[in-house]
Amino acid sequence: MEFFKKTPNIDFMGKRRIWFLISAVIVVASLLSVAIRGLNWGIDFTGGTLLEVHYAEPVDLDSVRAALDASSVGGATAQHFGSSRDVMIRLAPETGSTEEQASTKRAQQVMAALQAATPGAELRRTEFVGPQVGAELAENGFLALLYTFGGILLYVALRFEWRLALGSILALLHDPILIVGVFSLTHLEFDLTVLAAILAVIGYSINDTVVVFDRIRENFRKMRKESPAEVINSSINQTLSRTLMTSVTTMIVLVAMYLLGGDMLGRFSLAIILGIVVGTYSSIYIASALALWMGVSRKDLMPVKKEDLLDQRP
Amino acid sequence: MINRFPVWKNVIVVVVLLVSLLYALPNMFSQDPSIDISGPRGTAVAPALADTVKSALGTAGIAFKSVEHKQGKLLVRFPTSDSQLKAQDVLAPVLPDGSTAALTTLPDLPAWLVAIGAKPMYLGLDLRGGIHVLIDVDMEAAVDQAVDRYSGDMRTLLRDRKVRYLTLTQTGTALDIKFADAESLAQGEKVLADEFRSLAFNRSEEGGSFLLRATLTPAEVKQIKKFALEQNITTLRNRVNALGVAEPIIQQQGERRIVVQLPGVQDPSRLKELLGATATLEYRLVDTEHGVEDAVAGRVPAGSKLYKDRQGQPVLLKKRVIITGNQITDATSGVDQRSGAPAVFVGLDSQGARRMRDVTTENVGKPMAVVFIENRTVTRVADGQQVKRKVLVEEVISVANILEPFGRRFQTTGIDSPAEARDLALLLRSGALAAPIEIIEERTIGPSLGQANVDRGVRSMIVGMAGVVIFVVAYYRMMGVLAVVSLLFNFIVIVGAMSIIQATLTLPGIAGIVLTIGMAVDANVLIYERIREELRLGNSPHGAIHAGFERAFTTILDSNLTTLIAAVILFSFGSGPVRGFAVTLFIGILSTLFTAVTGTRALVNLLYGGRRLARVSV
Repeated sequence: MEFFKKTPNIDFMGKRRIWFLISAVIVVASLLSVAIRGLNWGIDFTGGTLLEVHYAEPVDLDSVRAALDASSVGGATAQHFGSSRDVMIRLAPETGSTEEQASTKRAQQVMAALQAATPGAELRRTEFVGPQVGAELAENGFLALLYTFGGILLYVALRFEWRLALGSILALLHDPILIVGVFSLTHLEFDLTVLAAILAVIGYSINDTVVVFDRIRENFRKMRKESPAEVINSSINQTLSRTLMTSVTTMIVLVAMYLLGGDMLGRFSLAIILGIVVGTYSSIYIASALALWMGVSRKDLMPVKKEDLLDQRP
Repeated sequence: MINRFPVWKNVIVVVVLLVSLLYALPNMFSQDPSIDISGPRGTAVAPALADTVKSALGTAGIAFKSVEHKQGKLLVRFPTSDSQLKAQDVLAPVLPDGSTAALTTLPDLPAWLVAIGAKPMYLGLDLRGGIHVLIDVDMEAAVDQAVDRYSGDMRTLLRDRKVRYLTLTQTGTALDIKFADAESLAQGEKVLADEFRSLAFNRSEEGGSFLLRATLTPAEVKQIKKFALEQNITTLRNRVNALGVAEPIIQQQGERRIVVQLPGVQDPSRLKELLGATATLEYRLVDTEHGVEDAVAGRVPAGSKLYKDRQGQPVLLKKRVIITGNQITDATSGVDQRSGAPAVFVGLDSQGARRMRDVTTENVGKPMAVVFIENRTVTRVADGQQVKRKVLVEEVISVANILEPFGRRFQTTGIDSPAEARDLALLLRSGALAAPIEIIEERTIGPSLGQANVDRGVRSMIVGMAGVVIFVVAYYRMMGVLAVVSLLFNFIVIVGAMSIIQATLTLPGIAGIVLTIGMAVDANVLIYERIREELRLGNSPHGAIHAGFERAFTTILDSNLTTLIAAVILFSFGSGPVRGFAVTLFIGILSTLFTAVTGTRALVNLLYGGRRLARVSV
């Protein structure tokens, strides 16, 4: 079985302007969505209290909310996650009293109210995150992104060439922006796990890009007559079946995790699934096309001539 | 010879596989519900206790699998968690006072696996259930306390040496001492600088004021903070040990944070009672020279401070602290021999004992007070902004007369009930915290959720891997089978490595393994696509295999190293679950590099190497 019987010959670089435009539109749309709709930040970043309650029978949210309203705890929101028997309740950060003690007390009040309404409600998980920790986690997450970009930029620049490095970084930026855009549009919870997924996507996407770049470098040395655009085109074509193959195998495990892994692994895999779709596209189009646009050429990637001291010996 | 491996390479592959397999093996065994018995404050239990335990269980008719004495602990295994729970109740009265019996699970490993030190992977709290708490240590308060102590010590020293000074005031982390003239200033500086070498002294004689400023050096501040954190960790460890939890984790995180993880514990309230008691104790003399009424009216004498006792009655105490809680080494509750009333027996460290002896010798017959200091954080909303405020509660918990001079050991009476004596002793014994703490993050995972997470993780791993196996074999046929074998190899190496280094496996960690399996095929794909290409170019099968592996290698290295960068950064910045993901990703990449390149090559060489080849099934 093969995706392509012979090496395909698709003119990727010829249509790069159209794809640039599409990418630009999607990036702008994502940024706009984040600016207007914002993100549904998880309590990892906002601080607050979260309770995960499991019921023996499916429960409808209206009755849970009624029970919450009847209790003396204000500002609680309830939503299903995973199944109709699991309910996630979030309490906004408490104000006006000892923070940590109040959070425990409120969690107990909530559970008492829920158990009064439906006997057998089981508290499976609670989380309390202080606002200060939330701010730090957000800062560390942002720093991690920044350093990852820096590290990759440096590595690609050293191993390849600065134009390719810059191209790959811009392509990489494109992926998380899109993922964040989708999370903003769908209002799915954005927490530390999703952030980890984004970093994994960056790793995956750069992996793809590097494979294409490797081939570009090799082909520049082999194909002496062709223009840079032609060299890049055939490099992408030659690596295309590998790119697809890897995307498919990774996608298989991700879909399995998305369907069977429960809420947390579900959101984690969704972020990576999105990332792999755009990551595959961005490493094909954005990274190489940007490098071409910045004028990468044969002489930039020729091996350094060996003029060792050895050769200069008499 | 083309496509043959030297023997040593084959040996390496086989050895790595066998070692990984061996150490991955413990993960296949079931876990016994067990009870982990340790002596008071983590001390060793006598081996003879095993017989006591056995006979107690026998009398109660509770089935158990084994009782073993290991590293000063007694490990009792049970066939069911039901008998484990019953046994805990039965054993409680027969165990020596202060020892703990913690519920835990132990893998049911054969002796030879135990002998080579093989253990199953360490499961994170999200997989086994438990409580995770992140604690912030108030370093500013620790420094403040130190400055306070210095100020008391300076007053005493100056008085002892008969150096006259006007005032001694605290400004931030500095102390200002005012003198009447240049002579006493010079004298004072000499005396103080001699005694307090860790402080920096500056003097100024401007406009007729003679001022000496003592500042904490940055090194000293750093030292104070370091001590405060260490002291708090020790204290927390002691307090947590009193809870009776198997394998608790108490670790420093960053410069001022402490992580406490209690696997298997579900009810956070008991932990919070212990942690929440962010109390410091101070022994101070009661100021008997001045009237309390004057102080209440606002005329508090310098060097003294007004407190209230538990009934709200005012008490005037000397500002000078005799000893603080962190100088208490031991405290037990018991009965006073003379009166039969509940009492607490306290032991002090040498520094504390010396000070206590000095003070009590001078003050026999005078009253001494114990001040209980508690810190709370209150959050209020002011102008739509959250304002956090620390509230200090200071309370005199006991005032007792000094009957005779004492030092290292003494007893406190006047306690209402034996229960109160026990509580007070526990607080004193586990050492007061050197600085106030605050819980800033708390996560509790129920055991059923932990098990559900394990099931979900394993299920998605099996289904995902099965999908990959089917697809890869369909796509690459014989070479696909080899890729699948190297994938299994990879999986075993990852699990083996995780077990050997005892890295924590979390739910995101499982995701990391699953993702690695999905991406690991990439290396095989790169190689196989190369081989196909070489074949299309008309290369011989052997030549194509050789060139395929050679050419694909740099690409595989480049692409994996970039992912490795992401994994390392994730590890250094991530906390908790994210870190678990980074660990498996990191191990997975290294293992992939080895298994996909060397492992697959060994298999290919074994299959095709050294014989004529008409075609390759790829």
